[in-house]
Amino acid sequence: MSALKPLAGQGARVWRLGADVDTDALAPGHTMKHGLDTIARHCLEQLRPDFAAGVRAGDVLVAGPNFGIGSSREQAASVLVTLGVAAVIAPSYSGLYFRNAFNVGLLLLTCPQAGVLQEGERIAFDARTGCITRGNGEPLTAEPIPDFLLAMAGAGGLLAQLQQSITSRKTT
Amino acid sequence: MSLPVPAAQTLAQKLIARAAGVASVQPGEIVTCKVDMAMFHDSSGPRRLKPMLDALGAQIWDKSRVVLVLDHYVPERDDESRKIVRIARDWARAQDLPHVYDSQGICHVVVAQQGHIRPGMFCVGGDSHSPTGGAFGAYMFGIGSTEMLGVMVTGDIWLRVPRTLRMQWDGRLAPGVCAKDMMLHMIARFGMNGGQYQAVEFCGAAVRALAMNERMTLSNMSAELGAQAGLIAPDATTLAWLVAQAAQAQNSEQKVAPAQVERARAAMKSIADLSHWQTDAASLDSPDCLTHRFDASTLAPVVAAPHSPANAQAVSVFAGTVIDVAYIGACTGAKLDDLRAAAHVLRGRRVASSVRLMVAPASLRDQEAAREEGVLQILQDAGAQLFPTACGACAGYGDTLGDNTTVISSTARNFKGRMGSATAQVYLGSPYTVAASALHGKITDPRGELA
Repeated sequence: MSALKPLAGQGARVWRLGADVDTDALAPGHTMKHGLDTIARHCLEQLRPDFAAGVRAGDVLVAGPNFGIGSSREQAASVLVTLGVAAVIAPSYSGLYFRNAFNVGLLLLTCPQAGVLQEGERIAFDARTGCITRGNGEPLTAEPIPDFLLAMAGAGGLLAQLQQSITSRKTT
Repeated sequence: MSLPVPAAQTLAQKLIARAAGVASVQPGEIVTCKVDMAMFHDSSGPRRLKPMLDALGAQIWDKSRVVLVLDHYVPERDDESRKIVRIARDWARAQDLPHVYDSQGICHVVVAQQGHIRPGMFCVGGDSHSPTGGAFGAYMFGIGSTEMLGVMVTGDIWLRVPRTLRMQWDGRLAPGVCAKDMMLHMIARFGMNGGQYQAVEFCGAAVRALAMNERMTLSNMSAELGAQAGLIAPDATTLAWLVAQAAQAQNSEQKVAPAQVERARAAMKSIADLSHWQTDAASLDSPDCLTHRFDASTLAPVVAAPHSPANAQAVSVFAGTVIDVAYIGACTGAKLDDLRAAAHVLRGRRVASSVRLMVAPASLRDQEAAREEGVLQILQDAGAQLFPTACGACAGYGDTLGDNTTVISSTARNFKGRMGSATAQVYLGSPYTVAASALHGKITDPRGELA
């Protein structure tokens, strides 16, 4: 059973990326034969070669528009969970990536002003309220997330949710 | 007393309403739909689904609605690929799956050719190019493996009812210009997320004039437009194609033919429904249904430069760029009509000695049809090397391209590193443009090269 996933974070360190980050950059094709530990070592190797080794649990990725365009490979979302990324913040996402992220327990915050966040900045966020607070106290607002998706991410993803529902069906 | 007038609906809304079991749906509403058909391949399917199904102790909700296609890691090249493919074959046998296509071709083409997609259906696929099914007037979209697990266990999936973006192509395409050019033109105009995960509907005289293979190219690359689905209202062309594919199965593949003939009969029954699977005229005025108009007759061949399909302009902008490899492959760019297009340019000629022309037909059935027509011989006489009917170099899973090569390819994506090497420069173009460029060793407008 996956651990419960926090829906909020504080002191989260920002990693900045540009627009149009594609799934092949997050989970390169040449690593797709392997498990998540291997894919994780190559995550974003073309765009941020320092990312995979430097990212720490609780950090957040901040990107430009259209994050996650490309393939349906959900490893492009799972790999960020493996690396401990607490959330991604961007003005827009590929719709397919958006579904995959919540299905594997990765929080995505849709924030039109994501571009003001700086590399290395420490921020607070709460996916339930959509509040993002910058290091200097400036508040930003993310779009509301439907409750059933928050519940899915909070449970650690769809697999964990299905496990819970099957277990409760068996015990009642 | 008057009966309530049914709300005007787009094609997308009608398909979703039927699957949700309601009379009508509104854009923005979240609904749960019953899945008529779920397709996955060796990469997204068994190797990911089996461990999760085992962990849940759950069974597949309805095996008759599941199609497995082995296309990404076949033919196996190394131990990891062999392991992935073996998991798929063993699991298919253990589950006794009724619809398994092993090394027959690329999933999006194979499921259509085997008659698993018909007008009015609601389908999901474990691959981003699953919108291909929209060419048949079905609502089909790509999902990840965990979401596919949800479908396997429940048979349901949630959906936010999309708005509709109608891409209306009037006029008639010039010779040497095809669906791939239309698509690259639209992606350049709207961007890779311009579809905003809504439903795109391709329509207009130029779309109605397209053969099914070409319509599939439009729907397929709806993925590169960032749409959830890429629909085309079904018509006589759609039904004629389904019937012809079933007849072909009956002639050549006796074992599977009866089932496919049944599926074609089901499609024939839907002839009466054809008038239903259209966007209602009254919904064209809705703010949730936007129409963009294009003139097919003025469209020139389009090429996308590295490293994005949205980086596209008229072929003349890139003409003269020296290439090392010309690649005709993938679900997007190596169906029978794509092979015919290349042959149209290459008949009786040979590619430049500096160029390697690689051809990986999209399916065995396309390859055999091309052989019977003499198309395959024309390509081979021109110097083409034939590769397996699989995803191959397109996703960088199979054959990969070398460092520092410049490639022109009929595939769907040219992200940095996608075809294997981060230093490869991949241009995208139609099979006409790829063939013309192979002839001259540099990017070439195919309109002056039609044999």
